[in-house]
Amino acid sequence: MSESDMTLTNDNHGGNLIEYVTVMIGTQLFGLPISRVQDVFMLDRLARVPLASAEIAGVLNLRGRIVTAIDMHCRLRLGKRATDKPAMAVGIEFHSESYGLLIDSVGEVLKLAESGREAVPVNLDPHLARVSSGVYRLEKQLLVVLDVDRIFDAGNDAVAA
Amino acid sequence: MDDLLREFLTETGESLDTVDVELVHFEQDPNNAKILDNIFRLVHTIKGTCGFLGLPRLEALAHAAETLMSKFRDGMPVTGEAVTLILSTIDRIKQILEELEKHQEEPAGVDVDLIGELERLVVTAAAVAAPAAAVPAPVPPTAGSLAFQVLERPLRPGEVSLDDLERAFRETAVAPAAPAAKPAKPAKPDENDQAAPGEDDKPEAKIANQTLRVNVETLEQLMTMVSELVLTRNQLLEIARRHENSEFKVPLQRLSGVTAELQEGVMKTRMQPIGNAWQKLPRIVRDLSGELGKTIELDMRGADTELDRQVLDLIKDPLTHMVRNSADHGLETPVERRALGKPEKGTIRLSAYHEGGHIIIEISDDGRGLNTTKIKAKAVASGIVTEAAVEKMTEAQIHKYIFAPGFSTATNVTSVSGRGVGMDVVRTNIDLIGGTIEVKSTPAQGSCFTIKIPLTLAIVSALIVEAAGDRFAIPQLAVVELVRAQSGSEHKIERIKDAPVLRLRDKLLPLIHLQSLLKIGDGGGEPENGFIVVTQVGRETFGIVVDGVFHTEEIVVKPMSTRLRHINMFSGNTILGDGSVIMIIDPNGIAKSVGGAAAQHAVAGESDAHRRSATEEMTSLLIFRAGAGQPKAVPLSLVTRLEELDTKKVEISNGRPLIQYRGQLMPLIRVNDEVKLRTEGTQPLLVFSDGGRSMGLVVDQIVDIVEDRLNIEVPSETPGVLGSAVIKGQATEIIDVGHYLPQAFEDWLIRTEKKMKAKARTILFVEDSAFFRNMLTPVLRSAGYAVTTVAGAKDALDVLNGGGQVDMIVTDLEMPGMSGFELAQAVRGDQRTANMPIIALSALTSPDSIERGRQVGFHDYIAKFDRPGLLAALKEQAAMMSEAA
Repeated sequence: MSESDMTLTNDNHGGNLIEYVTVMIGTQLFGLPISRVQDVFMLDRLARVPLASAEIAGVLNLRGRIVTAIDMHCRLRLGKRATDKPAMAVGIEFHSESYGLLIDSVGEVLKLAESGREAVPVNLDPHLARVSSGVYRLEKQLLVVLDVDRIFDAGNDAVAA
Repeated sequence: MDDLLREFLTETGESLDTVDVELVHFEQDPNNAKILDNIFRLVHTIKGTCGFLGLPRLEALAHAAETLMSKFRDGMPVTGEAVTLILSTIDRIKQILEELEKHQEEPAGVDVDLIGELERLVVTAAAVAAPAAAVPAPVPPTAGSLAFQVLERPLRPGEVSLDDLERAFRETAVAPAAPAAKPAKPAKPDENDQAAPGEDDKPEAKIANQTLRVNVETLEQLMTMVSELVLTRNQLLEIARRHENSEFKVPLQRLSGVTAELQEGVMKTRMQPIGNAWQKLPRIVRDLSGELGKTIELDMRGADTELDRQVLDLIKDPLTHMVRNSADHGLETPVERRALGKPEKGTIRLSAYHEGGHIIIEISDDGRGLNTTKIKAKAVASGIVTEAAVEKMTEAQIHKYIFAPGFSTATNVTSVSGRGVGMDVVRTNIDLIGGTIEVKSTPAQGSCFTIKIPLTLAIVSALIVEAAGDRFAIPQLAVVELVRAQSGSEHKIERIKDAPVLRLRDKLLPLIHLQSLLKIGDGGGEPENGFIVVTQVGRETFGIVVDGVFHTEEIVVKPMSTRLRHINMFSGNTILGDGSVIMIIDPNGIAKSVGGAAAQHAVAGESDAHRRSATEEMTSLLIFRAGAGQPKAVPLSLVTRLEELDTKKVEISNGRPLIQYRGQLMPLIRVNDEVKLRTEGTQPLLVFSDGGRSMGLVVDQIVDIVEDRLNIEVPSETPGVLGSAVIKGQATEIIDVGHYLPQAFEDWLIRTEKKMKAKARTILFVEDSAFFRNMLTPVLRSAGYAVTTVAGAKDALDVLNGGGQVDMIVTDLEMPGMSGFELAQAVRGDQRTANMPIIALSALTSPDSIERGRQVGFHDYIAKFDRPGLLAALKEQAAMMSEAA
C-alpha cells in the first residue's frame, strides 16, 4: 500500500508517467490521456442531427472537417448540461473519424505515475465505470481517468445493465 | 513494362486471395455455380494476363487449373483431391509471383508435377463425362496464348513446351470455349463487329504513347483536394454576396471559373467510356445465341459516353446481368417470333447518353415483355403483397416487384440467367451509387429498363431547404419541381384524415412534413402553407413539405460519422458555403419511411418491409397523443381498457388524482408533465390492470389502433419511453408501461415479489427482438427473478453448456438461425437440462402450435404480450420445482 500513499504528482517516483488533460464534466474531474487528445476547442455553431441518439449533441465544422460532438453529460449520465455558458470540446480521433467530447471546462495537464492509478471503485455508477480505466487520488479531489475507446463502444449499455 | 508488371502483380495477388477463399467455400458447397463462376473468372483473367505479359510458367499453371475447373462447370463431381490440387497450384503461382516481384522475371523451374496431376484429373473427368465429350470443340486451335509466348521470348531450357500441354488438353478433353474466343472472333462474320471493337485485345498498345498511367489513389486525392477547393470557393462567393461592390468581385469571378474548369478537368481523369463496361457483352450475347438457340442482335449506342470510374465499376455487373436476362427471358425463340410476325432475329439495344447532370442507360429488347400475370402470382406467393392489394395495382406497379429481393420468375433455372443474381442485386448496386432504375414493358413488344445515375459521386447539386430553423440539402437528382402551397391559392395542402395531400395537376400527391419526419420542431407550423419539394424516387412521387427553400448549391458529399450512419433519412453531410454543417437528405430513405403512408406501392418500402417481416410479426398498437411532439404508442394487448371518464369524478386524495372506477379507487398517472388533467368534459384514459388493481394513464387524445411491425429504431433515454419506431410511416414513441405501474402503486411490483417467497430463480430469456428483450426483462426482474438475456438459441445453448446457473428458460419461438422448437429439443436431449422448465413465448397461440410446443417439451405456451400469464406460468413452474426439491 505504501506506493499509493505517496503524493501522486511526485515526478521522482519510479514507473511510467502519463500525461492527462484534465477536464470538468459537471462537478467531476476527469482525465484524458494526452496522447489521444487532438485539440481543445470552443463550440461554434453546432448543428443538431435529427433522429440521432441523445448522446450526439450535433455536428460542427472544425477547419473544414466535420466533427461529431458527443454530449459527455449524457454519455456519462451526469445530468443535463448547462446550456447558458459556451461549451468546450476535446477533439478526439477514433477510427479515423473526428469527434468532439463536450465538456464544461478544461484544466491543467497533469503528469501522473501509472502506478498511482487505482481501480475504479466497485460502487461507481456502471455507466461511468464502463468508460473509466482508473481513479487517481489527487490532493483535493479525485480524478477519474476516461478510457477513450470505451466512450465509443456503441450503446451496449442496455444489454449489460 | 515495369508498370504493367506491377499492376499485374497487385491485381493478381488480390485475385488469388479471393480464389483461395472462394475455393474453400466451393468445396463445402460444390453446387454453388456462382462461386465456381467467380473462381473460374479470376483464374481465367490471370491466365489471360500472363499470356499477354509473356509469363509462360504462370500461364501454363493457370491454364491447367482452369481446364480442370471448367470440368466442374460441366458437372464433374467436385472432389477434395481436385480442390486440394488446385489450391496447391495456386500456392505455386503465389511462389512464382513472389520471385517475379523480387527479380522482375519468372524464376526458372518446372511445374510438370502439378500440371501432370491436373491433367490426369481432367482425363478422368473426360472419361466420366464421356457423352459430353462427344462433341468436339468446333473452334480453331487455341493459338492465342502460344503465339504470345513465342512472340515475347523463347522457351527456357527445362520448361515444358506449352504446345505439348495444349495439345494434350485438346486431345483429352472438351476444349473449354473460353480461351479460344479471341482468335475465333474474326472468323465469324457478324454485324456486331463494328459495335464490338476488335481492338479490345490491346487497347493499351494503341494509346500507350499518348497516355500516362497514374495511380488511382493519386487521382482520388486530387479529387478530394478539388472538392475542398470548390467548398472554399463557395465560401468566398458567399462572403462576396454579402459585401456589395467589393473589389474581390472580379478576381473571385475568375477564381470561380478556374475552379469550375479544374473540377471538370479532374473529374474527367476519372472518366471512362461506358464502352469499357460493355466490352464483354458482344461475346456473351454471341455465346447466349448459341446456347439458347435464338438469333440475337446486340445494338450498342453511345459507347463513348463517359462516366465516373467508380460508377462504372458498380454498374458493370448489373448491365451484364440485365443483358443476359433480356436474352434469356425477354426474347422469344425464332419459331415463336415468326408466329408473331416479328423478325426472327431479336434485338437487344443498349444505349447511353447524358441528360442534365445524369447519365441515362437504357437496356431494351423487342421480346415478349414482362409477364404481368406471372409476376403477380409470384409476388403474392412469396408474400410480398396481398392478393387484394395486387389486384388494385397498375401493370407498372406490378412490374416493380421484379426488383424485390429473391424474386425470379424464371420457371426453369437455366445456365444463362437465374443463377441467384436477381434484379434485386441489380437494384442494390444502382442504389449504392444513388441511381434509380425503372422498367417499362409492353406485352409482345418488349421491355425497357432505364437506369439513371449521377455523373459523379463526390460532388452533387443540391437544393437547400429549411425545416424548423435547420437547413437540409436535397439532391437535385430527386427533385422534380417546387410548389408553393398557400391556403387561398390553387395549391393548398388538404388532409384526408391525418394524411396531408396536394392536388397537383391530374394527380393527388402524398405529402410528408420534413419536420415531423425528422422529429424536429413542433410538427407542422401552418397546416395549409409551405413549400413542397416534389420528389421522385423510382416512379414514386411524393412531396416533402419544408418551411423554406433557399438556392441550389454544389455540395461535396461527406460520409456520415459511423455513429450516425444508422439514420437512413440522411445519405451524408456537407459543409455549406457559409461554413455550417448540414445533413443531406436521402430521398430513398424518405421514400422507404413514407412507404406505408404515402407511396403505398413503392417497391423500396414494400421490399424492405418484406425483408423485415421474416423476423418480426405484426403487432396491434394503440396510438395516442400526450403532450407535444410525436405520437405515442403502446402495444394494445397490454392495455386492459380504453375509457373516457367524466372529469367531475376525479378526486384528489393525498395530493394524487384518483377516480372511482368499477367500485375501486383508481390512481391516475399522467404520461408526462405536458399532459394536463382536464377540468371539464371527459378525460381519455388508458386503463391497465394487473392482479385486481387498475391504473389510469392520462393522455390527451386516443388517435387510432393500427397493425404494424414494431421495430424500435432509436432507443430512448427518457424514462417511460422505450424508444421510437416508425408506425404507419410516422415516427412514434413507444411507451414503457412498466415505468408507470410502480408510480401508481409503490408496492405494485414489490407485492408480486413477496408473493414469490421462493428463492430467486434464474431465468434464461431467449429472444431475438430487442424490443421484447427490453420490455420483458424488467418485468421478469421486478417479479423477483434473476434474468440472463441472450439474443438467440445458439447463445442460449452456450450459456447452458457453459455451466451458467439457470433454473428456467423462457424462449421466443420464431428466431433466425435456430428456432425455439429446436432449442427445446436440444435442451430436452441433454441429460443435465432434460427436466428444466421451458416456457415458449409466441405471437402464434393457435391450438396447433400449442400442441406442437407440448410435443417438443415446452412446459407452457404463452402469448408474447400476456405479461400476467407469463408471470403466472413462471410462478407455477417455480412452485413445482420447489415441491420437487
